[in-house]
Amino acid sequence: MEHIPILRMGDCLLITIQVEMHDRLALTLQDDLTSKIYATGAKGVLIDISALEIVDSFMGRMLANISAMARVLDASTILVGMRPAVAITLVELGLELPGIHTALDVERGMQKLRSSIATAQAHE
Amino acid sequence: MSDVLDLPLRNEHDVVAARQLVRNVMQQHRFSLVDQTKLVTAASELARNAIIHGGGGSMRCETGVYEGRICVRLTFEDQGPGIPDLSLAMKDGWTSGGGLGMGLPGSKRLVNEFALDSKPGRGTRVTVARWK
Repeated sequence: MEHIPILRMGDCLLITIQVEMHDRLALTLQDDLTSKIYATGAKGVLIDISALEIVDSFMGRMLANISAMARVLDASTILVGMRPAVAITLVELGLELPGIHTALDVERGMQKLRSSIATAQAHE
Repeated sequence: MSDVLDLPLRNEHDVVAARQLVRNVMQQHRFSLVDQTKLVTAASELARNAIIHGGGGSMRCETGVYEGRICVRLTFEDQGPGIPDLSLAMKDGWTSGGGLGMGLPGSKRLVNEFALDSKPGRGTRVTVARWK
């Protein structure tokens, strides 16, 4: 079965979606990621979608689900690299991805993720 | 309409094939990236609808010059159960199950032309077009 690789970097998990997303692959990613968060105790998840040419309502829902599932498992999610044409299309489609944190690129995303993890740990 | 391409829609891999076909046609005709992304996204939504709600169907992609402008028109057809209440199906957030209810109303916002024809028991046909 096809899988999207999930890389571990310290207490974060990195996912770069480089392939054409079909629906089952998106669902597999949800399952794989939640298992991996549970297994590693990761506190942050960064998803890079810079290679995605479109995000439709199914993929949008998958991304929102992933973010919500990660939150329930005590991990923050950040979505990075959305192309401008995808952002325009997504909002016109009616999907504004409420509750999903975003950054323009991986570097800024990592910074944001690290500071949100640090803030969360300071409160503990 | 000068150029016609047909694609069967049977499973999720055909949703990907539909996106690629529309992307290629729009690139050939040098549509802007935003135009391409909008029509490809609408195609993805409507192809998935035909497969999930219609039990499979087909997509026809027609390209031609229409009143002096290049136009890409997509027709999605299925022989599924049809849509009992068209105005309800066009409402944002209404879903017959599972989805976000964004597919039909969202797709309409992404195109220049949108037509929905469906009768219970007689399948569904959706036509969308984008002009350059």
